[in-house]
Amino acid sequence: MDGIKTLADLKKKQEEVMSRMSLRDRAENPESLVQVKVAMATCGIASGAKEVMEYFIEELYKRKIDAVVTQTGCMGYCFAEPTVEISLPGREAIVFGYVDTRKADEIIERYIKEGELVDGIIPQNYNTI
Amino acid sequence: MIELTIDNKKVWVEEGTTILKAARNAGVEIPTLCHFELCGMGIESKPGGCRICVVEVEGRRTLAPSCMTEAQHGMVIHTHNTRVLNARTTVLKLIISDHPLDCLVCAKSGQCELQNLAVQFGIRSQPYEGEQSRYRKDTSPSIIRNMDKCIMCRRCEMMCNEVQTVGALAAVNRGFMSVVAPAFEMNLEDSPCTYCGQCVSVCPTGALTEADHTNEVIRALSDPAKTVVVQTAPAVRAALGEEFGLPPGTLVTGKMATALRELGFDYVFDTDFSADLTIMEEGTELLQRLQRHLAGDPDVRLPILTSCCPGWVNFFEHNFPDLLDVPSTAKSPQQMFGAIAKSYFAEKIGVSRKDMIVVSIMPCLAKKYECQRNEFKVDGNPDVDYSISTRELAAFIKQANIDFLNLPDGDFDDPLGESSGAAVIFGNTGGVIEAACRTAYELYTGKTLEKVDFHVLRGMEGIRSATVDFDGLQLNIGIAHGLGNARKLLDEVKAGKSHYHAIEIMACPGGCIGGGGQPFHHGNSEILNKRVAAIYTEDKRKEIRKSHENPSIVRLYGEYLGKPGSHKAHSLLHTEYFPKSNEVWLMSQ
Amino acid sequence: MSRYKIHLLVCGGTGCHSSESNLVYEMLRDELERKGLEKDVQVIRTGCFGFCEKGPILKILPDNTFYTQVKPSDAKEIIDEHIIKGRRVYRLLYTDPETEEHVPDSKQMDFYKKQLRIALRNCGTIDPENIDESIARDAYQALGKALTEYTPSETIDLIKRSGLRGRGGAGFPTGLKWEIAAKNNADRKYVVCNADEGDPGAFMDRSILEGDPHSVLEAMAICGYCIGATKGLIYIRAEYPLAIKRLKIAIAQAQEYGLLGEHILGADFSFDVTLRYGAGAFVCGEETALIHSMEGKRGEPSNKPPFPAQSGYLGKPTNVNNVETLANIPAIILKGAEWFSSIGTERSKGTKVFALAGKINNVGLIEVPMGITLREIIYEIGGGVKNGKKFKAVQTGGPSGGCLTEKHLDTPIDYESLTAAGSMMGSGGMIVLDEDDCMVSVAKFYLGFIVDESCGKCAPCRIGNKRLHETLGKITAGKGTQDDIEKLRNLGSVIKDASLCGLGQTSPNPVLSTLDNFMEEYLEHVHDKKCRSGRCRDLLYYVISKEDCIGCMACKRVCPTHAISGEKKEAHVINQDVCIKCGACMEKCQFDAISLMNDYPRVSATAAQTITES
Repeated sequence: MDGIKTLADLKKKQEEVMSRMSLRDRAENPESLVQVKVAMATCGIASGAKEVMEYFIEELYKRKIDAVVTQTGCMGYCFAEPTVEISLPGREAIVFGYVDTRKADEIIERYIKEGELVDGIIPQNYNTI
Repeated sequence: MIELTIDNKKVWVEEGTTILKAARNAGVEIPTLCHFELCGMGIESKPGGCRICVVEVEGRRTLAPSCMTEAQHGMVIHTHNTRVLNARTTVLKLIISDHPLDCLVCAKSGQCELQNLAVQFGIRSQPYEGEQSRYRKDTSPSIIRNMDKCIMCRRCEMMCNEVQTVGALAAVNRGFMSVVAPAFEMNLEDSPCTYCGQCVSVCPTGALTEADHTNEVIRALSDPAKTVVVQTAPAVRAALGEEFGLPPGTLVTGKMATALRELGFDYVFDTDFSADLTIMEEGTELLQRLQRHLAGDPDVRLPILTSCCPGWVNFFEHNFPDLLDVPSTAKSPQQMFGAIAKSYFAEKIGVSRKDMIVVSIMPCLAKKYECQRNEFKVDGNPDVDYSISTRELAAFIKQANIDFLNLPDGDFDDPLGESSGAAVIFGNTGGVIEAACRTAYELYTGKTLEKVDFHVLRGMEGIRSATVDFDGLQLNIGIAHGLGNARKLLDEVKAGKSHYHAIEIMACPGGCIGGGGQPFHHGNSEILNKRVAAIYTEDKRKEIRKSHENPSIVRLYGEYLGKPGSHKAHSLLHTEYFPKSNEVWLMSQ
Repeated sequence: MSRYKIHLLVCGGTGCHSSESNLVYEMLRDELERKGLEKDVQVIRTGCFGFCEKGPILKILPDNTFYTQVKPSDAKEIIDEHIIKGRRVYRLLYTDPETEEHVPDSKQMDFYKKQLRIALRNCGTIDPENIDESIARDAYQALGKALTEYTPSETIDLIKRSGLRGRGGAGFPTGLKWEIAAKNNADRKYVVCNADEGDPGAFMDRSILEGDPHSVLEAMAICGYCIGATKGLIYIRAEYPLAIKRLKIAIAQAQEYGLLGEHILGADFSFDVTLRYGAGAFVCGEETALIHSMEGKRGEPSNKPPFPAQSGYLGKPTNVNNVETLANIPAIILKGAEWFSSIGTERSKGTKVFALAGKINNVGLIEVPMGITLREIIYEIGGGVKNGKKFKAVQTGGPSGGCLTEKHLDTPIDYESLTAAGSMMGSGGMIVLDEDDCMVSVAKFYLGFIVDESCGKCAPCRIGNKRLHETLGKITAGKGTQDDIEKLRNLGSVIKDASLCGLGQTSPNPVLSTLDNFMEEYLEHVHDKKCRSGRCRDLLYYVISKEDCIGCMACKRVCPTHAISGEKKEAHVINQDVCIKCGACMEKCQFDAISLMNDYPRVSATAAQTITES
């Protein structure tokens, strides 16, 4: 490991290690962030929820959106798996069904970034845990 | 100068003065207990532990220990308001509650600083009774430790560590059971203690006292089969009077001789006689080593160190076991006396060795240990049977109901009672080396020494050095008193950096006049100065002031020993030293 | 690029460590590996979460799930259910004692809601053995800022303006302390971190060192920069092996990065830190005693002045700060003096960490803003008194603190208010006592500790506290008199007034504060020979119920002192003056007629009289 010889070195080092820790910082204040919950029960996993979750984690990071991506259990919409619940700060949570990576891209670009509603919203009939 | 108010009086003192001293300047006496100071000698102990000297400083949350709180400009101090007096009295009662109340049978009774305070404070009840801290009593040849009576003033610790650098005593245990003791609470005998007795001389209570051998002496005196011979060390005559209320510095040589005779000693002799003998032997050894050194002999060890002081001998045996060939091999005057008394003199009066008892009166506690050393015994019979201190002699005289103050002056008996002025000054720091110079000068140069007073060698500084002109030969002389100072000179010798030809060392501050067996000075260094002056006065009064001119000494060599350093002199008057391991043995259960 | 999706934070503080959190950590990792999830889920061993009552703690991020009392055997279920299936393991969730509902999210727990974590900011969220995690959390940024933007005196000024005061007990203004040390010129100066946490039950310093060692190292370096010292020493109890281990790792990592050593961050400033181990003497928390101990001398205090800032370690100017005090420094420098001084009360700024213990539901470590009330701490954060018992007192300030009562519950806590109430801030111990506690016994317990821990140097503390302890023993044994109460008061005030160091000067607090607040209990012990809590065994009385005794004489036969009288088939009576309270009668009685009462049974004694007379 190289030494940290100046304050600039220290700041660089901090940026480098920050990403590893960002999850923990974000978890401290989830209300102020975009929260993405991917249903990861058997049904979800079988229909590709895992890939969708990976995609959200990677893309949100790349697109510099402060978000918390978590998994949840079965939301009860097994017919529409993979399902993803998105809560934007200060707004009601919305559940999207049949989410694949293409849909995820659309959700990020249009709903998360712009706040526009996109197709595939499932009416809610439960409360978040 | 700063200004402060003590008990409504304005006081001006130098910055850095403690409240205690500022108050004393203003005529306000604050009682103290643990605080101890030998003014002008750099010896002070103020751990701030007893809390007797507390005073109220306005604006301060708690009471301040006056002995260690510096006076600040504008301070307003109350030394005896209710808050202060209540705290002081309560603390004193607490200390007493952890102290045996056996004052009637305590060795320190009448001299005890705790007892004095209790009298001063008018303590009439003990409301804080409870468990007392108890410890094993520790007996050694010289010093008795009865730590039940320890009040944790830590004076002995300061003496043993800071002044003497012996390191035998330190506080051990915690809290209520804390006490000053050798490491692991082992016996003093197994510790590096040198028996210098300085701990005893500063102990405010009866926790540290001398091993009292008066009863053994009484037993010997009452045995008609025994011839009891007594010798008295030079420093005793300059201090004994204090025990009888005489001003410090009063010489009581004559009264002492009479008193000893009244006590029943068969022969009242003088250690001064053997001090002269010591000079003959030690001076000769010095000259021999010096001459070999000047002749370029690489094996000769210089400087030569004096060896009269048994505390010092113990110290170097413990701490400098690799330098055992540096000190003179001459025995101390006490032991030379014993050896001569039980040979030359015993033969002279036709008494067998075993029927003769030699008692010494010493200002010293280490002498008690010294006379018990195996190398000073012949077939188990010691050259000196018992050594008692100045204090013990005073107590013995009082016990015998002798009116000391009104005694007529007596004289020492012959032949071991005759001495020179050179012998008397053995009692002061620098005296031994001055006495040695008086004789060595004449022996070396063959000329008569006109000015016998070597003022350059006198004084009270801890380490002194002087150059004495031996008719062209510049002799470098070092003097140290107090073992901490001795250590500094010894470290130089060990490192090969010493430029001295001869060094005199005394274990006790001031020399023998400040010995551990002397009347308590209670921190008054003026007393020590007066004793020093008295010793030099005694020297001045003497007709003969050089050891080799003492006719009894000349006769002793002529009749018995031959020459100084002869074979016979060697076997009777010289000794050897033993390395003392400082290993600690832990007892396993 | 693969990133961990889930972080499992396992508490690695000493408390959880000893309840096998280490094994939980291992099992979680094993299980993840078995399931092939080790690339997605990271397991981190952190410092203390503070909620020690329910350790070991496992926190799962990003959903903030807070599992309590996790056993190694739970690892499989947690991975299977929570991580893979996304279902929380309900039985491991914290249950609110009031509502009895599961609280999944730690942010919703009362224990954490009222807390404000500055000194403990990183405890429980980072891996203390990985400097990178600390750096991600701004470690050494404050040092960098001080070195590049501020002069030493500006930095000291900033600390002064923040109002930070010593968290070790006395509350001396930290900035002022630094300033004094800075002003004393010497060829060498020292920064000492006092990690000799000695209060029984207090473990804030340990938790900080175990959870966030770099915050302390950084603060020491900042202090070194300010006062002109290049050497730092941490005096830590040898009984803190985990803290020592983590400190050693932290120092080595900081040295490797060059954050300790020569020319730190390119500045003309060098600083290094070494550890010194204390043997656990309580008094060595006192700074002069600590310094003597480091010098190899007997661990006992000496008079102040001279203060360590004038003449400390090896006679050189030395600044001694407590761990918690230091942990605040980097945050103050980064966020500003105004931010810090906006928290707290008029004279006590910032936060204080307390160790909650005793009869309280949520035992643990909390950090709260100064000025919070005892009520908020005990009832909201602490979850109230255990088992629904009645609150009696709270002992604050460690063994030499005092007992505060109901009437102090709404006092905003700061240095001054606690002292005014007869206690003190101390290092922040807080022990809740309920109606079952005997206040005389509580005072006796603390005095016992003081008697053990007194160094013995000064007479009032050495002997006075012993006598206090003995007198309290006499009172709890039912042998006390009114005189003894007077004696306690006088002794207590003299010990306070005349002792040498802070330990002695505060040691009678438990006695004095209970005398002030619970005099009636003392009087009951002394005059009525009664202990209302039933704690004092000597003040319990075996009494035979007239109704239940059938007069079988079994008890009478076993009584070793013949204290029981009564004829066959008549109710028996115990003579309390003869009874030695061995309990043999109660054991023997088959009719449950004998019970222990905490009231001297005068009535039954008179009744006995009547019985024998008739």
